[in-house]
Amino acid sequence: MAREQINKNLAQMLKGGVIMDVTTPEQAKIAEAAGACAVMALERIPADIRAAGGVSRMSDPKMIKGIQQAVSIPVMAKCRIGHIAEAQILQAIDIDFIDESEVLSPADDVYHIDKKKFNAPFVCGARDLGEALRRIAEGASMIRTKGEPGTGDVVQAVKHMRLMMSQIRAVANMSEDELYEEAKNLRVPYELLSEVHENGKLPVVNFAAGGIATPADASLMMQLGAEGVFVGSGIFKSGNPEKRARAIVKAVTNYDNPDILAELSEDLGEAMVGINEQEIQLLMAERGK
Amino acid sequence: MKIGVLALQGAFIEHEIMLSKLGVTVCEIRRLSQFTDDIDGLVLPGGESTVQGKLLHEVGLFEPIKTAIEKGMPVFGTCAGMILLAKKICGDETVHLGVLNATVKRNAYGRQLSSFVTEGDFKGVGKVTMTFIRAPYFESVDDGAEVLSTIGGNIVAVRQNNILATSFHPECTDDLRVHEYFINMVKGCKRG
Repeated sequence: MAREQINKNLAQMLKGGVIMDVTTPEQAKIAEAAGACAVMALERIPADIRAAGGVSRMSDPKMIKGIQQAVSIPVMAKCRIGHIAEAQILQAIDIDFIDESEVLSPADDVYHIDKKKFNAPFVCGARDLGEALRRIAEGASMIRTKGEPGTGDVVQAVKHMRLMMSQIRAVANMSEDELYEEAKNLRVPYELLSEVHENGKLPVVNFAAGGIATPADASLMMQLGAEGVFVGSGIFKSGNPEKRARAIVKAVTNYDNPDILAELSEDLGEAMVGINEQEIQLLMAERGK
Repeated sequence: MKIGVLALQGAFIEHEIMLSKLGVTVCEIRRLSQFTDDIDGLVLPGGESTVQGKLLHEVGLFEPIKTAIEKGMPVFGTCAGMILLAKKICGDETVHLGVLNATVKRNAYGRQLSSFVTEGDFKGVGKVTMTFIRAPYFESVDDGAEVLSTIGGNIVAVRQNNILATSFHPECTDDLRVHEYFINMVKGCKRG
């Protein structure tokens, strides 16, 4: 119980921050210097995973350790959905947060990891309140929208955040006897739904992820209710990663100030080219419900 | 009484909730225009000190906050906030506000798997629950800095006149007493 609380607390410390995907110690240092509140160590960023195709797995622990040594901020890493052993390996190398992620190829098409069996905290993707609460029931300490990783297209992240927030508002306004039926509809434990009803928010921190590429995208997600953002391909697939990273960090802090956002959005160089939702072959968000 | 909470990054809302429960007016400080003269005290929350330290400069709050603390404005830093206050960081050339005569060690207990909760004595308050999240501790304190709490021989809470700093996160518990201690500091300063 104490462990669960401590892991939720770490997610609280990340709020108002930007978590950046990095593939090398050098990128990790750039991210830290630019003001990332954590980095996600992975061999290939989502855009390249898409381009490469094939099975995408947990990164080489040696590569992750190199990044742990390079920075003082928390280091996260991804395991495949349902891959208990990959998660155990990540915990064994003292990782700060495990992302049980749809960006990698799922290892189990039915079950997610029983995250309560682990001491390390987990973050999981969700497209709606039901998915979010199911992941929390399994022990996730943090939730992020799935969005559509590696596209540079924010539309899916917006759709998921809007849906989750409107569902939360609806649950908050229900009468208590309606919660039993809604728990059945959403396929979630009544106790967790009841917490949402009481507090008007998820029981854990909720970030935006999947397609965020500009300071304006980051501000948009914060205005829709995100408590921070993950930026994957958007930074190191852009023309000037360092400048863009700094700008997105400042945009999250100043998300409600258009004057500052205008200044931040100037002269950032080329954004990642991106692909539109209609053009993609593989919807990663469909993985793991 | 009006207390400002630095809201650049981290767990600032948790502090706001604690302070509101104690009946004080709370305002978020994200930019210079919000750091007004009528603020009686300031909270520097937990989060990532590298991020907050950098943003302090970028939004132009660094000098005004440093000057205000040096002039006697009461300030309470938790975890990352404590690192921002310290005069020296172990193994690191970086100095942020540098107003607290102490040397702080970042991530002193290790990574997240070494984070823990314990109970400890806090001078002037009593036994409190202490939540350490990738926490720092003070390796040493110098002139004028009084140790308020130690855990396992490590210094985890310090006061130096108008400055209060803790390694742990009282804002992550339901116990209001450490925040109350800070409010009393602010009251004392107002009278003085």
